[in-house]
Amino acid sequence: MADLTSEFAGIQSPNPFWLASAPPTDKAYNVNRAFEAGWGGVVWKTLGEDPPVVNVSGPRYSTMFSNERRVIGLNNIELITDRPLQINLDEMRQIKKDWPDRALIASVMLPMNEKTWAKYIPIIEDTGADGFELNFGCPHGMSERGMGAAVGQVPEYIQMATEWAKKYARVPVIVKLTPNVTNILPVAHAAANGGADAVSLINTVNSIMRVNYDTLTMYPTTDGMGSHGGYCGAAVKPIALHMVAEIARNAETANVPISGIGGIGDWRDAVDFLALGASNVQVCTAAMVYGFKIIDDLTSGLSDFIDAKNLHTVSALVGKAVPSVTDWQHLNLNYVEKAVIDQDLCIKCGRCHIVCEDTSHQAITHTVKGERCFEVIDEECVGCNLCVSICPVDGCISMQQLTSGVDPRTGRDVQAEKATWTTHPNNPMAK
Amino acid sequence: MTDNLATERQADIRTGRLSDAEIEQNFTDKCPPLSHAEALIESDRCYFCYDAPCTEACPTEIDIPGFIQQIRSNNIKGSAQTILTENIMGGMCSRVCPTEILCEEVCVRNIHEDKPVSIGLLQRFATDPIIESNTELFSRGEDSGHTVAVVGAGPAGLSCAHRLSMLGHSVVLYNRDQKPGGLNEYGIAAYKAVNDFAQREVEYILSIGGIDVRSGVSLGSDLSFPDLQQQYDAVFLAFGLGGANKLGLPNEDIEGVLSAVDYISDLRQSENKGGLPVGNRVVVIGGGMTAVDIAVQSKRLGAEFVDIVYRRGAKQMGASRHEQELAQTSGVTIRHWAQPTRILLDDRVTGMQFERTELDAEGNLRGTGEHWSLDADIIFTAVGQTFTDEVFGEVAGDFEYQYGKLLVNDNRRTSVARTWAGGDCIFGHDDLTVTAVQDGKLAAIDIDRFLETGQQGDEAWQT
Ligand SMILES: Cc1cc2nc3c(=O)[nH]c(=O)nc-3n(C[C@H](O)[C@H](O)[C@H](O)COP(=O)(O)OP(=O)(O)OC[C@H]3O[C@@H](n4cnc5c(N)ncnc54)[C@H](O)[C@@H]3O)c2cc1C
Ligand SMILES: Cc1cc2nc3c(=O)[nH]c(=O)nc-3n(C[C@H](O)[C@H](O)[C@H](O)COP(=O)(O)O)c2cc1C
Ligand code: SF4
Repeated sequence: MADLTSEFAGIQSPNPFWLASAPPTDKAYNVNRAFEAGWGGVVWKTLGEDPPVVNVSGPRYSTMFSNERRVIGLNNIELITDRPLQINLDEMRQIKKDWPDRALIASVMLPMNEKTWAKYIPIIEDTGADGFELNFGCPHGMSERGMGAAVGQVPEYIQMATEWAKKYARVPVIVKLTPNVTNILPVAHAAANGGADAVSLINTVNSIMRVNYDTLTMYPTTDGMGSHGGYCGAAVKPIALHMVAEIARNAETANVPISGIGGIGDWRDAVDFLALGASNVQVCTAAMVYGFKIIDDLTSGLSDFIDAKNLHTVSALVGKAVPSVTDWQHLNLNYVEKAVIDQDLCIKCGRCHIVCEDTSHQAITHTVKGERCFEVIDEECVGCNLCVSICPVDGCISMQQLTSGVDPRTGRDVQAEKATWTTHPNNPMAK
Repeated sequence: MTDNLATERQADIRTGRLSDAEIEQNFTDKCPPLSHAEALIESDRCYFCYDAPCTEACPTEIDIPGFIQQIRSNNIKGSAQTILTENIMGGMCSRVCPTEILCEEVCVRNIHEDKPVSIGLLQRFATDPIIESNTELFSRGEDSGHTVAVVGAGPAGLSCAHRLSMLGHSVVLYNRDQKPGGLNEYGIAAYKAVNDFAQREVEYILSIGGIDVRSGVSLGSDLSFPDLQQQYDAVFLAFGLGGANKLGLPNEDIEGVLSAVDYISDLRQSENKGGLPVGNRVVVIGGGMTAVDIAVQSKRLGAEFVDIVYRRGAKQMGASRHEQELAQTSGVTIRHWAQPTRILLDDRVTGMQFERTELDAEGNLRGTGEHWSLDADIIFTAVGQTFTDEVFGEVAGDFEYQYGKLLVNDNRRTSVARTWAGGDCIFGHDDLTVTAVQDGKLAAIDIDRFLETGQQGDEAWQT
């Protein structure tokens, strides 16, 4: 049994799985249930100034489904907490008393003036919360009021607000980033410059789910009108992973602890985030789709994985994959792989043939000696991995490295030494 | 051995063995349709294969991955169009095709997980609403001025007529029976086509227009082949098979020995199935789909003991493994390797005597000389139907035949000029609804080519 205990920016929790600030952490009732189920911590639903905001009384959510109605992505237009501040503070205080070993983080969103921060930060900290998370990410509603993503998209604002939070808080301050930027590094850097103890990412991605095919309005609507929402769930994980890895591998931000968020549903997703540089992870959509019980798979799966890899602790896994992330220009252009189809596993659906034929390099047969048969033609295969990516049978097609001899496609010898674009003769900027 | 082998027992044949409620329960849909949710989930299992094996295995070459993809996207009408374009009887075929030896047998999911995509049920899901609501998907082509005679309104004839109408030709469709549909109406097991589906489908097919149906008119007695040749630009023959084969035993005409096909026809046409006379002990001779159908339906009408006796083994049976299992789970006993040798009787049938069979060293069937017998109130013969050339009268000799059936080329042309044929009456056709539909379609396409280009039968026959 691996040691799952976690320390994140000085905040302790029995495991690295926190519930992200969202409906699952909206009130004491839910949080009690989450802790009973075994979650390591919660980031309370974002607090704001009184009087509280008002949510629509129509649909807040919509989802992208697979045919089997598995949720692939979730879109929401919910605002921050719509309950009076004092009720939230009382409940938080009680929760911290009842669950002292769990992490309790106060998420806050406040207008851009220092006086407000000076007023609210101490009151909230007084609940016993272990840290703050500054919500600079909410892409809908709040951003129209100059908060959330409206702050998170401007590095100067991030830095300014972070400085205010740090000035009035004694506990650690985490800055939650929005993915609705073209480059995550300037905003992450701004948080670090403002003194943030950590960053967390991603918040939701601007999105419209679809239209209603009967009314030809966007879907869903409130009284016939809709507004863009924030997208989350499995579909956004790759976007989040890229942003996490960028922060983790960039010298100026590499030392900032990262709380990874976005599409985590099972322990493998958690491994992705941890290995790419996150020190802990947060979950929202998967809990909203399946309930709190998923924590059992998250913890046991991660524990078994860490054991199997002989890593012993979560922190030993953190960042393991970061050194493998680089810029395209540093990839080895002398490295050659070819696809290989295992004929014993092949079910002869022919999908690899048709995708390679129609959209790639015409490198897979459909008939061999008059029989329906799918084999790779090494003379044509560029090693793109498309066939592997679309084959419905796990392990049927694999990529195998050509280590010596001649690449039948190019007719050139396979070179042992590395050569990249930086020195390639076709590159006008080659060194 | 002597006739006193027959046990001393009273024939037990009655109507009303089961209550109306039991009969209704026994004759509901054998395979209930998929719900919308089930169809979406099932359609997701399709891998959308390249050059899909299922399409190749379908005698009408329906683009199966294509129509399933359309179900996935909730484009049900488009899906039906994909199906019905290749097979206008896609609705009936989804109910009666032995999919386990056609499309579903070759589904790659069998290799992956031993469970094919339920193509037949998905096909039914897509086509049912179209027939139900009589949604027009096909329209009559611009009038070509040509008129084609079609003989027989079974699957082959209807398919041909529909395609000819789409191509702008007028059709006169002669049919011996009062109702069009052929064996869909008179032969298919009742629980495979409930709620009068056969007639609803025929109505849908005929609603395209341009098809003049003349019921109760028989080639041979009411009109002659030379007349047809003279009056029409082309002729399509699709009159199925005529006579039921006989066992070739003495006393075959005695009371209690019945042709399965005739009895099924009565069953299909009866308003009140409980009113049919049903034997308590039923023996069925044969190994094909008809044998299974009569055995299962006898059981469902209340017969207590039903035995199918087939002269070869399970593998050689014309009924698929799936059909054999249906018989067995319905309580029918299938006995292999025995051939009928004598009808046991007093003033009517009392039983049947059989001889065990085996294969000799050359693989030929032979009797072993060992006998056994079964009591029977009714014996059904289901040993196939034969082609009769009587319908042609004097000109019967003009046609070429193979194994006693009409010989046609790939385009379903016969050896006689301007004459095509399809369905059960041609050689090489495997006696399924779906192949009959394909014959009709191919013939119509070739007839159209002929009418437009004037290419003569003889030279085309050689191609
Ligand atoms: C009991 C039984 C069960 C079957 N079950 C199945 C099944 O489950 N699945 C399956 O795929 N197939 C099944 N079949 C086979 C299938 O029904 C036939 O292959 C198919 O109907 C053949 O179509 P057809 O158009 O050639 O002939 P038919 O369906 O036989 O139609 C012939 C038509 O021609 C008309 N006709 C006959 N003689 C003349 C004449 N002289 N002049 C004018 N009209 C004439 C008849 O009235 C009839 O309408 C079954 C067959 C039987 C007998
Ligand atoms: C392998 C691949 C290569 C692509 N290359 C380009 C490109 O060279 N130029 C471009 O404008 N978009 C490129 N795109 C993006 C696509 O044009 C498209 O905008 C994107 O894939 C989203 O559309 P889709 O997910 O609906 O396919 C590429 C996409 C893929 C998958
Ligand atoms: S790796 Fe790419 S090019 Fe090679 S066979 Fe597969 S799809 Fe074709």
